[in-house]
Amino acid sequence: MKSGVERVTAYKVISWIVLIVLAVLFTFPLYWIITGAFKTGADINNVKEIVWFPTEFTLANFAKLFERRTAPLFNIGTLIEGPIVPAAFRWLLNTVFMAVMAMVLTCLTAAMAGYALAKKRFAGRAIVFGLIVCAMALPKQVILIPLLKEMSALNLIDNIWAVIFPTVGWPFGVFLMKQFSEGIPGEILEAARIDGASELKTFFTVVLPIIKPGVGALAIFTFINSWNDYFMQLVMLSSNNNYTISLGISTLMAETSIDMGVLMAGAALASIPIIIVFLIFQKYFTQGITMGAVKG
Amino acid sequence: MLPSLIFFVGFVVLPMIICIFLSFTDANMHDQSMFGNFVALANYTKLFSDKTFLDALWNTFVIVIVSVPTVCAFSLWVASAIYKMHGAACSAFRVIFYLPVVTGSVAVTAVWKWMYNNYYGIFNSVLKGAHIIENNINWLGDDRFALWCIILILFTTSVGQPIVLYVSALGNVDVSLIEAAHVDGATDLQAFWKVKWPQIMPTTLYILVITTINSFQCFALIQLLTQGGSGTNTVMYYIYYTAFKLTEQAGHFGYANAMGVILALAIAALSAVQFKLAKEK
Repeated sequence: MKSGVERVTAYKVISWIVLIVLAVLFTFPLYWIITGAFKTGADINNVKEIVWFPTEFTLANFAKLFERRTAPLFNIGTLIEGPIVPAAFRWLLNTVFMAVMAMVLTCLTAAMAGYALAKKRFAGRAIVFGLIVCAMALPKQVILIPLLKEMSALNLIDNIWAVIFPTVGWPFGVFLMKQFSEGIPGEILEAARIDGASELKTFFTVVLPIIKPGVGALAIFTFINSWNDYFMQLVMLSSNNNYTISLGISTLMAETSIDMGVLMAGAALASIPIIIVFLIFQKYFTQGITMGAVKG
Repeated sequence: MLPSLIFFVGFVVLPMIICIFLSFTDANMHDQSMFGNFVALANYTKLFSDKTFLDALWNTFVIVIVSVPTVCAFSLWVASAIYKMHGAACSAFRVIFYLPVVTGSVAVTAVWKWMYNNYYGIFNSVLKGAHIIENNINWLGDDRFALWCIILILFTTSVGQPIVLYVSALGNVDVSLIEAAHVDGATDLQAFWKVKWPQIMPTTLYILVITTINSFQCFALIQLLTQGGSGTNTVMYYIYYTAFKLTEQAGHFGYANAMGVILALAIAALSAVQFKLAKEK
């Protein structure tokens, strides 16, 4: 018995050490982005020895990044134009707009659809659900070219909505909301109907409050995914004014002469906001991932 | 219900149908007509004599075969090491392993591009400092290393979600069953394989499927780091390349769609095999 206890603790110590080493390795790229963004050119190009920590903090990388390209802060129609600012700000604004819109629309439509799928009986219900599950396993990129044709038919090419709509159509949200809606007790819905509440009123006053944790999880999930999605943005958006922050950084990366400091400044700008959002809401986020997996 | 269906049908189902349809035509970017001419299976027969496509298919296959089992095994180990820990420690580890996912593919790729850099990348500096290598290695420009470099990055951005899933699955395993097994004299390892493993099987299956899909879709890394050079071309990248890059085949949508259909079929087949294997157990 005693030796058993000792062996367990030895294993525990080793696994702790391995875990901590792994944790350091996994955080390292992020550390490298943040410190890199503030390093001087001399630190970055030092080939003699590795500069683990900036010898002096400089904002030159950000300054260079902002000088590189400029754009109006916003456009309303074709007439009204915002003040000219560094393009990175415009890109960030575009990204926030895209992620928020995708989030709001996804939550609203998915919550309704998920509730209907879970609690209503209608013809074709099984087919719709089957299609949703199949589509979830499909690689998004396969439908890319037809999507592009559709968007050009709708005159939405190089428009941020061309990225938002497919995100909203993606069926994961409906699936997740169905899982949550299964838990709504039928009696409550029955009671609301007897009280004479309309379908829409029932949804907003009875259903939505019950599935709120699920909607929260979906919201944060959609926000982060949409912020970080790259492929759709790459194909749909083509002009400087419509870029998202990811696209902006990637165009910087394609310019071969780019110095790494500027690139890291861009990467920091793209990732820090979303990491902060993630840290604030991470509880809901993990809940969302887990719920999506229950009964696949 | 209705609004969601409009988005789903309009931007997922309809494109799926168009995709299959276009794969039998010679549609391309320059053609004014929407659908081009019907060419039956010509795109498919051409695909299987296209050396670049076959290479891309092979590389994709390598990525999937290597990354899926390693991601699953790794995340299962991490999860079983952390799930019994104190709440704060457990969620700290979960967050850390999830960080590369949240950071976003472009930012992650940017920093790895620097770390792999031939002249001032940290990999070469560290390995040279430790006297493991003599000369700088051109990680992303060398056929021997490039694909493995991509797989490594893919790995770091893939384990976050499986770990979260495994932690919650392991937390849901019935404790009394494990205690009963221990009373019957089972070792930890036996208790794991006989009691826990079957119970977390659905989670494992889900993880296998999502990791497979993720690995097939690996795109940003390749587009931003190697542009399909140095033996890293994948089907996903080749679709993009055929459809949008300036080559003799530029804008050849029909051909690209045929590849898309093959890719979707491959994923469907693999998922089906995984389901079947899991069911038998």
